[in-house]
Amino acid sequence: MRANDNVLILFAHPLLEKSKINKFFVRKYQQRSTLKFHDLYEEYPEFNINIPYEKALLEESSLIIWHHPLYWYSSPPLLKQWIDMVLEVGWAYGPNGNALKGKHILQVITTGGSEQAYQVDGNNRFTIREFLRPFEQTAYLCNMNYLPPFVIHGTHRISQANLDQNIEQFFTFLDNWQESIDSLLASSHNYLHEYLQHKNNR
Amino acid sequence: MNTSFLFQALVFMGAAILLVPIAKKIGLSSVLGYLVAGVLIGPFILGFVGKNGQDIMHAAEFGVVMMLFLIGLELNPHKFWEMRKAIVGLGSIQLIGTTLLLFILFLLLQWDWRMALAVSLAFSMSSTAIVLQTLKEKNLSQSVSGEASFAVLLFQDIAVIPILAILPLLETQPNIATNNQSSLFADQPAWIQAISVLGAVAFILFIGKFLVVPLLRFVSKTHMRELFVASALFLVVGVATLMQAVGLSPALGTFIAGVVLANTEFRHQLESDIEPFKGLLLGLFFMSVGATIDFTQISQDPLMIASLVGLVLSIKFVVLMIVGRVFKMSSDQKFIFSFGLSQVGEFAFVLLSFSNQIQLIDETWTAKLMAVVAITMASTPLFILINEKVIEPYWGVKTIDDKPPHDTIDTHYKVIIAGFGHFGSTIGRFLRANNIQATILDNDSDRVNLLRKMGFEVYYGDATRLDLLEAAKASEATLLIAAIDPPEANQELIEVARKHFPHLTIMARSRNRFDAYEMMDMGVKHIYRETLYTAVHLGIDALVQLGFRKYTATRQGQKFIQFDESALEKLAKSRHDMKDYVLSVKEQIQWQEQILQNDLKLALGQTDISWDSEYLRQTFTQNQSES
Repeated sequence: MRANDNVLILFAHPLLEKSKINKFFVRKYQQRSTLKFHDLYEEYPEFNINIPYEKALLEESSLIIWHHPLYWYSSPPLLKQWIDMVLEVGWAYGPNGNALKGKHILQVITTGGSEQAYQVDGNNRFTIREFLRPFEQTAYLCNMNYLPPFVIHGTHRISQANLDQNIEQFFTFLDNWQESIDSLLASSHNYLHEYLQHKNNR
Repeated sequence: MNTSFLFQALVFMGAAILLVPIAKKIGLSSVLGYLVAGVLIGPFILGFVGKNGQDIMHAAEFGVVMMLFLIGLELNPHKFWEMRKAIVGLGSIQLIGTTLLLFILFLLLQWDWRMALAVSLAFSMSSTAIVLQTLKEKNLSQSVSGEASFAVLLFQDIAVIPILAILPLLETQPNIATNNQSSLFADQPAWIQAISVLGAVAFILFIGKFLVVPLLRFVSKTHMRELFVASALFLVVGVATLMQAVGLSPALGTFIAGVVLANTEFRHQLESDIEPFKGLLLGLFFMSVGATIDFTQISQDPLMIASLVGLVLSIKFVVLMIVGRVFKMSSDQKFIFSFGLSQVGEFAFVLLSFSNQIQLIDETWTAKLMAVVAITMASTPLFILINEKVIEPYWGVKTIDDKPPHDTIDTHYKVIIAGFGHFGSTIGRFLRANNIQATILDNDSDRVNLLRKMGFEVYYGDATRLDLLEAAKASEATLLIAAIDPPEANQELIEVARKHFPHLTIMARSRNRFDAYEMMDMGVKHIYRETLYTAVHLGIDALVQLGFRKYTATRQGQKFIQFDESALEKLAKSRHDMKDYVLSVKEQIQWQEQILQNDLKLALGQTDISWDSEYLRQTFTQNQSES
């Protein structure tokens, strides 16, 4: 494995024991020795983030994943705390803040709402991409490439077959992400799962 | 027989070093070890120690004197006042009841009534040295029986004053000059003696307050430890001498001196300085008791002595059982209390020889009675053993509850909590609130009864015993929470557990950082200092009181704990040259200094820069001026 292959998963879920889908994700992540799975709520139950350690982890990774459920159209608070504390001025952004330059960042999100709900005419009135603008801009300010997010919709209703297929595609992508990164960046897909579906159908 | 001083010292120490560890190893108390060692080197077996055993005992009685000084130090007037009911209530019933029954017994034996009274007063005493030592070793000092025993002993110690004052009043021929009387006022009429006694007590109270404290302060300024040790010894010896001069029990004098000094800043220093002397002398005292058991007297009149021993022990035992009943102790506690205090104490030696001096008891009787006292003293460790092995298992709280615990919850995460005082019970309650049923080990029978009623799975006994851990199925447990109060006992438990159940994850309560160092050396990974988290928590709230925002104060607290824990590990490594060494107070202060020095490296003043708009502004403007 080359140094720039390293994948870091920053996982934030305050009640993992009740989330079947995310537990499944965690198992999959942990089975892969090539991934660095970092369970933020397990590591920092008191929100006392070890900043130097987090910076070191980021420095040795080239693909960073923010994996979290969508709570009130945003991330759970510990991930926000992580962003606040770790992405320091003069390191991640601002004068001489080049530590994250050129790294890729991917958001993996689970949400109870259906895809239709996240449309202009849906209940939530905005798309997921719109809700995730603050994260996208954070990545931009840090000179990172914000990849189209991977979203699992309707977590309470989704069929097992559908879910298995989605997750399967995601992990196939993850195992060889460098090979498809250029085509992903060039594509106009709003979501990673759309891109993967499209690629699969071809 | 060579009786040079060095040879004597060699014999005593050798016997102690050899026999006391053996006694401890087979689960007997050290007191019995010392007594057996004494018998062994005494005139009737090996004969290393001749008739001078008596003299050595007198010298060694000083251990008792020092012990009472230490007890006094532990017991400040406030605590004393709190215990007044127990002391007076339990103590007076025990003393009066025992004296009365013994007096009737002796009258039935057709003794002169004066002698009968003197002896029954002497025999109503129990042995502070034996009882407290045993309670401490069995970790029972805090239990109901432990506190009751302490109260009774204290009452007896105090009662020695009036008894010593009363005995001369019984004198048959008041003006016969006594041969080896050391008291200044011995030739005076009884009432002068009584006044002198009160005067001496008042004198100690006065001196302690206005002379000793300034003196200790003066000495401590020299920063020479040996000088302080010398003044501590001087103090104890001085008080003892004074008391002897007025014909009083030196033990009682030093006890009062201890109480007077209990509230001063020198308490801990005095304690740590006197402690080793006390321990050695007490050991010597027990050995000399063993050595003075006069086997010729016993062999001349074995039946008499045996029946006296039996009768005295049973009368004392019965009275104590009644006292326990009146004060509503549970049956376990009653047995421990009654067996514990059933012997005749070291004060009896003092009272008997005093009665002998004032002609109340003749020489042969004194010797016989002394033998009786010594035998009862030797019997206590045996009775305690019998109680532990025979009586408790049948009548008392069982080690294991016969009834199966209520609803056994899944056993694959089995947790054992050793010690269920304030600390352990909080853990137990928290686990239970999360549906984890822990197995509890505790040695307070009252608490064990209560917990069983509440549906806990409780094993009764000393958690440091391997068989108890086995009974609690430590081999199947995953987690052992070591939460016993005295750090020594907790460490003992950890040692046993690590040796016999290496698979157990041990989570240990530690009293302070020194205790934590010991545990780190033992290889314990999870150590929780009871003094750290609460103290930092208070510190955080103090910052809030001073106007800090709560979250800022909390984050400072989090950082401080992190820093302190990593510093603990570093200091633990640099401490290794001092291993196996008990830190003196002064050395503890040096450590404190090192820790405080270390704190200077902690940049707690720095806030979290991401939230600090001032910092952001500076970073950006600085950059502008550079470019």
